Amino acid sequence: MIRLEQLTKRFAQKHGQSVTVVDSVDLQVARGEICVLLGASGCGKTTTLKMINRLITPSEGRVLIDGADTRDIDTVTLRRRIGYVIQQIGLFPNMTIEDNITVVPRLLGLDKAAYRNRARELMALVQMDPAHFLKRYPKELSGGQQQRIGVIRALAADPPVLLMDEPFGAVDPINRESIQAEFFALQRELNTTVLMVSHDIDEAIKLGDKVAVFRQGRIVQCASPDTVLAEPADDFVASFVGHDRILKRLLLVQAGSLAEQGGEPVLSEAASEAEQRAALGERRHRALPVIDAAGRAQGYVATGRAGLQPFRAIARADEDLRVVLARLYEHRLDWLPVLDADQRYLGRVSQRQIADYLGAPV
Amino acid sequence: MQNRAGFARYRGRLALAGALVALVWAWYGSAMLAPYHEDLVYLARQHLWLVAVSMSWALVIGLVSGVLLSRPRLRRWAEPVMQLFNIGNTLPPMAVLALAMVVLGVGDHPAIVALCLTSLLPIVRSTYSGLAAVPAALTEAADGIGMTAWQRLTRVELPTALPYIVSGVRVALAINVGTAPLAFLIGASSFGELIFPGIYLNQPDALFIGAAATALVAFVLDYLVAALGRRLTPGLAA
Repeated sequence: MIRLEQLTKRFAQKHGQSVTVVDSVDLQVARGEICVLLGASGCGKTTTLKMINRLITPSEGRVLIDGADTRDIDTVTLRRRIGYVIQQIGLFPNMTIEDNITVVPRLLGLDKAAYRNRARELMALVQMDPAHFLKRYPKELSGGQQQRIGVIRALAADPPVLLMDEPFGAVDPINRESIQAEFFALQRELNTTVLMVSHDIDEAIKLGDKVAVFRQGRIVQCASPDTVLAEPADDFVASFVGHDRILKRLLLVQAGSLAEQGGEPVLSEAASEAEQRAALGERRHRALPVIDAAGRAQGYVATGRAGLQPFRAIARADEDLRVVLARLYEHRLDWLPVLDADQRYLGRVSQRQIADYLGAPV
Repeated sequence: MQNRAGFARYRGRLALAGALVALVWAWYGSAMLAPYHEDLVYLARQHLWLVAVSMSWALVIGLVSGVLLSRPRLRRWAEPVMQLFNIGNTLPPMAVLALAMVVLGVGDHPAIVALCLTSLLPIVRSTYSGLAAVPAALTEAADGIGMTAWQRLTRVELPTALPYIVSGVRVALAINVGTAPLAFLIGASSFGELIFPGIYLNQPDALFIGAAATALVAFVLDYLVAALGRRLTPGLAA
């Protein structure tokens, strides 16, 4: 767990006046959480981050990591226990990939066999072949590959806390998506506490358990991404997260979770068509899905159309609502059946349900 | 691949130099060299000794000064201090040698001091600018990872600056080897012992042999330093 208490940074300017860059910031991030520090350039988010590993010395206030005041820890020791990833990556060009990854374990004097093994494990976790890359030099890798190594290097000594300064900002959009997804899976597996500086609201929504919106050195709102989108604290937060913030909430919900809330009736494949029609009429639904004994969706029957109709499109349970909504519009449908990985029917997602979700408070 | 291409390029130059030597040999014949054989061996040893000792001092002083001047606290003093080192280069080598003789007398010692002063500036300047050019992201990453200042210098900054430093050392070495013959004038043995008498006594053979030997030494040493530099910076070589 990491806690910032009344953290403040003032810089003296040339003509003697002092500027407060970070102003009494309080923040608490629980173990295993990702907290995104969000804000425009010059809002103090990076300064706040660098005060945690004391690359910048706070003017006032304190930082507690698992209850220990960072002022009481020698800075070198402190930094070796905190992972650090920067936008420019900063891989050491004179070292091989393996030496880059194992640099912190080597500084700490850990067991050689163990950290070399760890380097290979971590590389496999980000889909990079250790045999192919470990002996290469950073300049031989693409930007996306370099940033994957940058993240792994920060995690090689299993630090309890990871600080990231716009880590995926310099990566192209396609690579960014996959690196973000890989990083998220890695973070969940290692249960690392992460503080990440970003100016990208979409990144904050995708990765953050918590979003702290900065303005002029202060946190103006600190809440879950859904809350920030649905109930921005003030006009600044509302405009920063974008006027389409309601639509951005679509990213936060997966089709599966909305489908399960529906509780819609289904028809059994075993029933005769007359029985199915009767059920359809009885419940005054225009269409109902038909499932077999194993729970797999076979199609649907609809009023006014004879026989079993095949589905024109489906939604997978792990797809977010933005993808689902796009598919509904693409096929001009009112609803989609939601299927899990084994093709079992979980429920349906309709345009109406999505509208209700977006309109509802958190 | 790139390294191999580099070697191929240098091999080409070596072959060219070898061909030149062979041509000269064929022209004058080994008969011309025969009377100078003993001299050449002795003077080569002397010349290399002057170069080795003065370059070692220049490297130690140059690297340490370059590193110190590049530290944030001293950086604002860097330019004025380097102007001081510059004296060794702006004065004609002959004048530096004469001054060294005035202070230290004749012999090897003043020659070594003068050669060291002459070679100092390229090393200081290349070390300083190489270290100043280390990307801020690298020093930030090194600090953020928890390296001490010494670890950052030796594991990140100096290796990254090495290509700059090597090019400075090569310049210094060329100046040093080329200036060493002048040391003859203040009583230190070098290939100058063939060149100057060659001039004064009108012996073109001696002059030519001394000059060619100097050039050959400069060429071979430069090649070795360049190769060493590439060997030391596998991730950086362009």
